[in-house]
Amino acid sequence: MARIQLKTISHTYHPPDLPEEEKAYAVSSLDISWGDGTSNALLGPSGCGKTTILNIISGLLQPTAGQVLVDDQDVTRLSPRQRRIAQVFQFPVVYDSMNVFDNLAFPLRNQGLPEQSVRKKVQEVAEILDLQDYLTNPPAKLNAAEKQKISLGRGIVREDTAAVLLDEPLTVIDPKLKGSMRRKLRQVQRDLQKTMIYVTHDQHEALTFADDVTIVKDGRLVQKGSPEELHSEPASPFIGYFIGSPGMNILGCSLKGEELRFQDFSLGLSPEFLSRIRGTGPDLQLGIRPEFIRVSPEPGENTVPFEVAVIENTGAYWVVTYVKESLRIKARVPESMRVQEGQKHYLAFPEDRVNLFQNEQRVI
Amino acid sequence: MSNRAWLFLIPALVLLSISAFIPLMTVINYSLHYIFAGSAPTYVGFENYVEVLNDPAFLKALGRQMVFSLMILVVEVPLGIGIALAMPRKGKGVALTLVFLGIPLLIPFNVVGIIARVFTQSSIGVVPEFFALFNYDYNVSLHTTDAILTIFFLDVWHWTPLVALLCYAGLQSIPDAFYQAAQIDGASAWKTFRYVTLPKLRPVLIIGVLLRFMDSFKIYAEPLLLTGGGPGDATTFLSLHVARKAESYELGYAGASSIIYLFIVIVFSYLFFQLLTNIGTGENK
Repeated sequence: MARIQLKTISHTYHPPDLPEEEKAYAVSSLDISWGDGTSNALLGPSGCGKTTILNIISGLLQPTAGQVLVDDQDVTRLSPRQRRIAQVFQFPVVYDSMNVFDNLAFPLRNQGLPEQSVRKKVQEVAEILDLQDYLTNPPAKLNAAEKQKISLGRGIVREDTAAVLLDEPLTVIDPKLKGSMRRKLRQVQRDLQKTMIYVTHDQHEALTFADDVTIVKDGRLVQKGSPEELHSEPASPFIGYFIGSPGMNILGCSLKGEELRFQDFSLGLSPEFLSRIRGTGPDLQLGIRPEFIRVSPEPGENTVPFEVAVIENTGAYWVVTYVKESLRIKARVPESMRVQEGQKHYLAFPEDRVNLFQNEQRVI
Repeated sequence: MSNRAWLFLIPALVLLSISAFIPLMTVINYSLHYIFAGSAPTYVGFENYVEVLNDPAFLKALGRQMVFSLMILVVEVPLGIGIALAMPRKGKGVALTLVFLGIPLLIPFNVVGIIARVFTQSSIGVVPEFFALFNYDYNVSLHTTDAILTIFFLDVWHWTPLVALLCYAGLQSIPDAFYQAAQIDGASAWKTFRYVTLPKLRPVLIIGVLLRFMDSFKIYAEPLLLTGGGPGDATTFLSLHVARKAESYELGYAGASSIIYLFIVIVFSYLFFQLLTNIGTGENK
């Protein structure tokens, strides 16, 4: 197991003879480090460069610039095999002409391991992945989840594997099996303490799998941290909106004296809060998660009247979309509260739950 | 049967009966009769079949045919795969190679035969002239091996592109991830071919092998036009033998041998299909 580091990695798919200003970079100047034996996720919307990053780590792609380090050793010019990095692809890759046992044994036999140790290792891995009953079966008969386990098995069967990369491994898996597969991946990571990097555009998968989540947008690193950090302290409005379901409400506002002015209402601020944002410019964005907005049918101190526009029932609570002029805000409302479209509710924004952003950067 | 959609099948069924069913029944009918021009046919049961199967000329033609088809498969299939692997995957070269490979496929059998005849003629042909440079007396109407190898070479030139194009299409459809996985698993080039490329090519190879087997098994125009089945009977393949019998009005014999011929093609095609479908799938372990 090993530590994986990216140092100022940039990559463009354009040919090198193209003038620099015409090149589009899939990823640019990335500096990321993943600790030894950790479970990590690489999260970002489709087309943000996740797969490019993954292929650069595994060595299937040579970056245009920058270095890849495995345990502080520069492996940028080494082949995937030499880097000892395994990869699980979006759709299951199994060797159809071999049975499950031979599939799992393939990387070991390629290493020239004696047959006795091959058998022992394969048995071990099959037990970890609950594949021991299928060892003599042809993989064609198995479902996508089991095939994906074989794929993973080929990665973890080698003792010297430095890291396992998972590229949206649950994409083609039956929704019913997704949950158990996700738990299996988590458990395998915990038990084996192998460095794993899980790439996905699905925040739920990322946050449940990883202790450390890296968010990438347009080929750039936007934030790296624990799921809790990303949730409560997003580095930018994008992350606030991207993480969480529904995402964070982002409202444009400006600081005038001791209050925040919105389109047609304003919020008074406490002296402590004001002191924390002193020195920022006037143009700000306020972010607040739907679950932290306090909703009441009666007016109270520092509340703003909003009208109920859309009610969505999630089963456990309502997600209500409120409107005021052109402003739209989503809030989570307990089911015990009676909500009807067109009703007027009073919304409060607790200061300790409020995030402020300026120029796409977090202020507080 | 109240569904009127069945009516749409009528044109196809009419065409099929004219082109296949009626001729087939006619041939079966012939095969069971003794037919002599001018007199009424007499029913003889399976006598014609017994005669055909005991006829050394038929058995020799069949043996020749088997060896020829086997040679075709052994050479054209690996060669086709090899060409497909060597073909460019993108860029301008693709169109060029495809056209280049497509040209032989566009030339009809009989034209190939006539080209070969002109090329190999001892007085004016370029091929004898070429071999003369090496002091080899190339003559298709005198030397058995020259005739057989010439037809063999013609077929390889004419039809290997078909196998290559099928394989090329098959290769294009293999997702990159399989090669990447093999690379990560540390597979050698040979193992990658053996465990990724070849199994993924299986469906197109089944089609390729069956087509090449069936087509080569009924090779007709090339030997007919090159040497008329000679020298002697060296290139009298099964189809030539049967056709010749029909031409000499031995319709009962010709009918019976045609049915046996058809039976052999079906049996072998089935065997190849089964073999190629199941080999190495881990099904029989």
